[in-house]
Amino acid sequence: MAHTERRDAPGLPDFSLLKRLARDQLIFLLEQLPGKKDLFIDADLMSPLDRIANVTILKQHEVDKLYKVELKPIASSSDQLCFLIRPRIQTVKWISDLVNSDKVAGRFRRYKIIFTPQKFYACETVLEEQGVYGDVTTDEWNFYILPLDDDILSLELPEFFRDNFLEGDQRWVTTAGSALHLLQSVYGSFSKVYGIGRCAKMVYESWRELMEEGEQRTRQPEFAKVFLIDRDVDFVTPLCSQVVYEGLVDDIFRIKCGSVEFGPDVTSSDKSIKVMLNSQDKVFNEIRNEHFSNVFGFLSQKAKNLQTAYDKRRGMDIQQMKAFVADELKGLKQEHRLLSLHIGASESMMKKKTKQDFQDLLKTEHSLLEGFEIRECITHIEEHINRQVSMIDSLRLLCLLSITENGLLSKDYKSLKAQYLQSYGIDHLLTFANLRQLGLLEEQQAGETLTVMESKVGKLVTDKTVGKLTDAFSSLAKKSNFRALSKRLALVPKSGEEYDLRVPRDMAYVFSGAYIPLSCKLIEQVLERDGWTGLEEVTRMLNGQEFAVTGGSSSSDARNKTDAQRIVLVMFLGGCTFSEISALRFLGRERGCRFIVVTTAITNSARLLEALLENGA
Amino acid sequence: MAFVTANWNPLGESFYRKIELYEMGWNLKDGLKDSLVAAAPYGGPIALLKGHNRRSSSARPQLEIFSSSGLPLASFPWKSGVVKQLGWTVSDDLLCVQEDGTVLVYDLWGGFKRHFSMGNELSQSQVLETKIFHSPYGTGVAILTGALRYTLATNIDDIKLRRLPEVPGLQGAPSCWAVLTQDRQSKVLVANGSQLFILDNTACTPVTPPGLSPQASSIVHMCVSFSYKYLALLTDSGHVWMGTSNLKEKLSEVDTNIKTPPKQMAWCRRPKSQQPSAVVMWDGLLIVVGECKETIQYHLDDDSVLVPELDGVRIISGTHHELLQEVPGACEEIFKIASMAPGALLLEAHKEYEKESQKADEYLREIKEQSLLSEAVRQCVEAAGHEHEPETQKTLLRAASFGKCFLSNFPPEQFVSMCRDLRVLNAVRDYTVGIPLTHTQFKQMTVQVLIDRLVYRKLYPLAIEVCRYLKTPEYQGVSRVLKHWACYKVQQKEESDEVIAKAVSVKLADAAGISYSEIATKAYESGRTELAIKLLEFEPRSGEQVPLLLKMKKSPLALSKAIESGDTDLVYTVVMYLKNELNRGDFFMMLRNQPVALSLYKQFCKHQEQDTLKDLFNQDDDHEELGNFYVKASYKEQRLEARIALLQSAVDEYYKAKNEFSAKTTEDEMRLLRFQRKLEEEKGELLVGFSLHDTMTTLLSVGLHKHAEQLYKDFRVPDKRFWWLKLKALAEKEDWEELEKFGKSKKSPIGYLPFVEVCIKHHNKYEAKKYVSKVTPEQKVKAHLAVGDMEGAAEAAIERRNESEISTVLSRCSATTDHLLMERLNRARATAVKK
Repeated sequence: MAHTERRDAPGLPDFSLLKRLARDQLIFLLEQLPGKKDLFIDADLMSPLDRIANVTILKQHEVDKLYKVELKPIASSSDQLCFLIRPRIQTVKWISDLVNSDKVAGRFRRYKIIFTPQKFYACETVLEEQGVYGDVTTDEWNFYILPLDDDILSLELPEFFRDNFLEGDQRWVTTAGSALHLLQSVYGSFSKVYGIGRCAKMVYESWRELMEEGEQRTRQPEFAKVFLIDRDVDFVTPLCSQVVYEGLVDDIFRIKCGSVEFGPDVTSSDKSIKVMLNSQDKVFNEIRNEHFSNVFGFLSQKAKNLQTAYDKRRGMDIQQMKAFVADELKGLKQEHRLLSLHIGASESMMKKKTKQDFQDLLKTEHSLLEGFEIRECITHIEEHINRQVSMIDSLRLLCLLSITENGLLSKDYKSLKAQYLQSYGIDHLLTFANLRQLGLLEEQQAGETLTVMESKVGKLVTDKTVGKLTDAFSSLAKKSNFRALSKRLALVPKSGEEYDLRVPRDMAYVFSGAYIPLSCKLIEQVLERDGWTGLEEVTRMLNGQEFAVTGGSSSSDARNKTDAQRIVLVMFLGGCTFSEISALRFLGRERGCRFIVVTTAITNSARLLEALLENGA
Repeated sequence: MAFVTANWNPLGESFYRKIELYEMGWNLKDGLKDSLVAAAPYGGPIALLKGHNRRSSSARPQLEIFSSSGLPLASFPWKSGVVKQLGWTVSDDLLCVQEDGTVLVYDLWGGFKRHFSMGNELSQSQVLETKIFHSPYGTGVAILTGALRYTLATNIDDIKLRRLPEVPGLQGAPSCWAVLTQDRQSKVLVANGSQLFILDNTACTPVTPPGLSPQASSIVHMCVSFSYKYLALLTDSGHVWMGTSNLKEKLSEVDTNIKTPPKQMAWCRRPKSQQPSAVVMWDGLLIVVGECKETIQYHLDDDSVLVPELDGVRIISGTHHELLQEVPGACEEIFKIASMAPGALLLEAHKEYEKESQKADEYLREIKEQSLLSEAVRQCVEAAGHEHEPETQKTLLRAASFGKCFLSNFPPEQFVSMCRDLRVLNAVRDYTVGIPLTHTQFKQMTVQVLIDRLVYRKLYPLAIEVCRYLKTPEYQGVSRVLKHWACYKVQQKEESDEVIAKAVSVKLADAAGISYSEIATKAYESGRTELAIKLLEFEPRSGEQVPLLLKMKKSPLALSKAIESGDTDLVYTVVMYLKNELNRGDFFMMLRNQPVALSLYKQFCKHQEQDTLKDLFNQDDDHEELGNFYVKASYKEQRLEARIALLQSAVDEYYKAKNEFSAKTTEDEMRLLRFQRKLEEEKGELLVGFSLHDTMTTLLSVGLHKHAEQLYKDFRVPDKRFWWLKLKALAEKEDWEELEKFGKSKKSPIGYLPFVEVCIKHHNKYEAKKYVSKVTPEQKVKAHLAVGDMEGAAEAAIERRNESEISTVLSRCSATTDHLLMERLNRARATAVKK
């Protein structure tokens, strides 16, 4: 079964415009520093930059050599240095040291720092404190959004998650607001905005302020609705193993900025191959949203079809053959190449995933989600830790256990933690502190009943002063209430029923029918109800902070006119997984609408947890 | 209507009229005699300094400021030096040029604003003469020094003094001079006897006006038109020469037959006028000269002052204020006696119509036959604009409206906007307001500027009415006026903070685009901090509040506002400001109450100032975080002793934080580190920094079983872990002997299936088989399958009568080789199911 788009699905706006805007501005900025110059680029900006302006374009604008920012002394001999960086204190400090050492050496150079997507006051403070403020010129490259695919837009800010949710540093809030503002100014305004989460609220506020400052444009909107959601509303989903093809590829090979590098074991040669994974890749486009168990069947069918197409050659006369070579052969060859790659990838994944370990892992995950046989799960996790199977996976299971069970019993908490530290070193003491702060891994407070906790949460939500400003950081332990939520929203289908993964009946298929992603379910529910009414109980359990605002453009006259009303923009603050994207695509097909995902970065369980590690780094 | 032309005087082809604007409201004892007078163009205010030449300090001259209608605006005794000249800037500020070259700037209300100097040398050489002029660059001042040199400042808001070159042969003060603006430059035109020179930045160029009558031996007076395009010269022979100001073209020359030097001369020219004309004033006499030989002569009762305007000349005397201008074309067409112009006919038609006479139709027909009706309407509308009497305006507009009825496609905009403009003009011309603008001036000046002037005169209600009436966008109109009003209001010292804050908020409540922070800044500048804070409360954008709050040293408030704004840059701004402003203790205390700021600052410290971070935790007695801090610091440390010392600090902190678990774990770590080092020294095995698990694995893999056992005991490692670990380590080493010994040492806490699996993993089926028998019954099938013993698996499965296990085995059988086995299994399954 290949998912084909519904005939009546609305068309998507053309996001390549965003790339063009970013490229033009970058070129403009580069031209501000005339003459030959060496360009230093933040490592994590390399891939996004490549998607906007490749080396040839950079060279055309007098960029001589390209370097990666490595926070080490540099070897450049150019008299003009240009730095293209994220606004990070560390990097700015490195540049300051560089300038100062040049000064000591009596060397004169021109320095220009281009911050993207914006500059922060803190960075300028560092320049000032290091006494080089007058020696460098600074600029902003407002590159907010990178379109990864037709329906995925990324801010490419993986640090958003840690900065915002762990460190309480809200500097990226305005960035997210500006990104929305950019979308709005290019593609028209929205008729309705929903959101949940503290950060979502702040992003909306910042966006609203930008809207009020700027002129109002009365344009036909290209999106109907916007949904903002904080990552910490739903931690369960990104912690689960992904089993949809695209998610699985990400989990195993790590998709970076829309492309993946397949190693020799996949390509069955001695070279690695870099492949772009998006809707341009016909083969990939058909399997990306499929449950992994269907992929092989599909691929072999595809291979057969391909063979038939090749076989057409037999019995052709010269003329037909000529046409065949001219029109079809190239496409077939291309398809052939991609097909063999994906088959290779599938095989490689199959090898890893059919192992007993992985099966046990999935089984544990599903039991946790269902709340069955918890004791056995704990034993399994313990074994997992003791055997040093995987640092991240163990942590992931611990977190899942804690969230689904509303924290660990004190005894379990201590023993599991102790075992983990024995396996992976004491520095993870800090990792655990981080996880506790985020509410990912907690100890149940002795003697505290659920009701006490709930009334506490309830109080906090109503207490305005607290709700207004400081709630997130008060070490207020966030209750996950997963079990109750799951019941209320029917996230876990009744066990025992057969779930045919070939014909998915709901979004649960992205987790083998075991669990509907909470984030996506919320979106579905809110869109269905056109607001939060009827979900009061749910939002209370999610710590409130939900909102729904009717936007500037009146929905009444726009409703009948365009497809736009059926396009929904979903912004994940803190990252989203490919599984969620697949689930939303499924939902879109079911409802005849399209979802566009805007995320601060693509994430998965490994990235999420790695962001919270504190070992030595 | 016969009266309309009563004040008209013909001059050549056209007519001139003198309209009375106001009867002056002031009550001057000696009129304008012996006074320095300056009136601002565009119906601006009038400044008067009586007895300015008196040098005795006993009788100080009085400086008075009036509106154009003579209503007093300000009055105060002049205490500064001797004033040579008064003048107004484009923004209605009063300039007083003193003898010593100092220029004092006052506002409309007599409030001192600032002063500047036209050059240091002037304190010696003194100012001889001075002129204040307007150009596209603002208001300028030109002075002639006692040393007979000119100094020029083109824009008093951005003073750049320019000394112009010397005029050759100048012995005393020149007979007359004027400032020109040409080629984007201000120049001075000087007449020395019959010689004329143009002074610019670099040179002094002699010039001759073309066709100047030869009788003249000296030029006694000159004036430049409002637009700087035309120049008029008066010679000692009584001739007025008129031409373009670039002295390339002569327009006319008229003999006035008066040889005495005049008091004042001004251009009286409308844009698009038919002829050049100038007004020359002597004592008691005013002459208008044009192209023809004849002149118009008016008698003056009183000392008067001429104020050149864009479209005429205002004449201010001790009692009256009049406007002299060429009659505009449209008015002339309509009101000229026996005029047959379409406008005149339309006016007539309307008159008849009101009399209910059929003649109205005749007139209309006459216009329509020539298809000039739209032209007629246009004329009437235009003429209405140029008339000062509301009655006349109404008559003309009614006629226009009447004419419009017979037109189908006439665009209404002109009519509508004229009605609106006139309503506004009549309002500002009112005696109490005193801004006698003509329609032409109004259009040149723009509504924006008019509103500014009204605001400047504190006529807020009128300004708002005008904005509303003209439907000026709120942001530029009403809101702006309200903001100015509020800025003025907050400076009223007599009212209490509460009253003002309330009044301001009530008035400004629903106005769009009001910046309360600007108003608050004003309040703060006038020393009312409390009021400023109150006003800031109304500012919806918290970001706007912060800079002022900081300026007012209300840092805690600034901090919380910055946080509220959600703009981290702003928070950083405040935090960095506070860091430098407060002592460390207070600074930390303040951060403590603001978690957002604190976490931002921590982020900053993490990279910039590690030690500050520690101090912060110390201040808060946050032992938990301190512990974490030390742990983090420990693994940056290379030397083991230092590392252990840091960990010890961490342990202390954890105990203080009552976090026994972390404390114990850290202590364990210290123990482990010491152990690792000891072993490193003894055995030369790299161990330091490994986790307990990895340490044990390493020890086992190099055969240091005893030491591994010791760790196992010392650190109370769970049995299961130790077994897993040892199992893996031995298998890794392929030390099958040791493994077997280990397996037999006691009953395995992890069962024996892992033994089987680990052997298979290392491709040792032989060893694996050794453990199969030890596996628990539940795992037997798996174990057999793992070693590939189908028979055994089948045996075990059948024995356990477990359906799913039988199926598992079946699925692994191949149809060709295990035929018999499959049959057996199928049978067993059947019975299992039955059961």
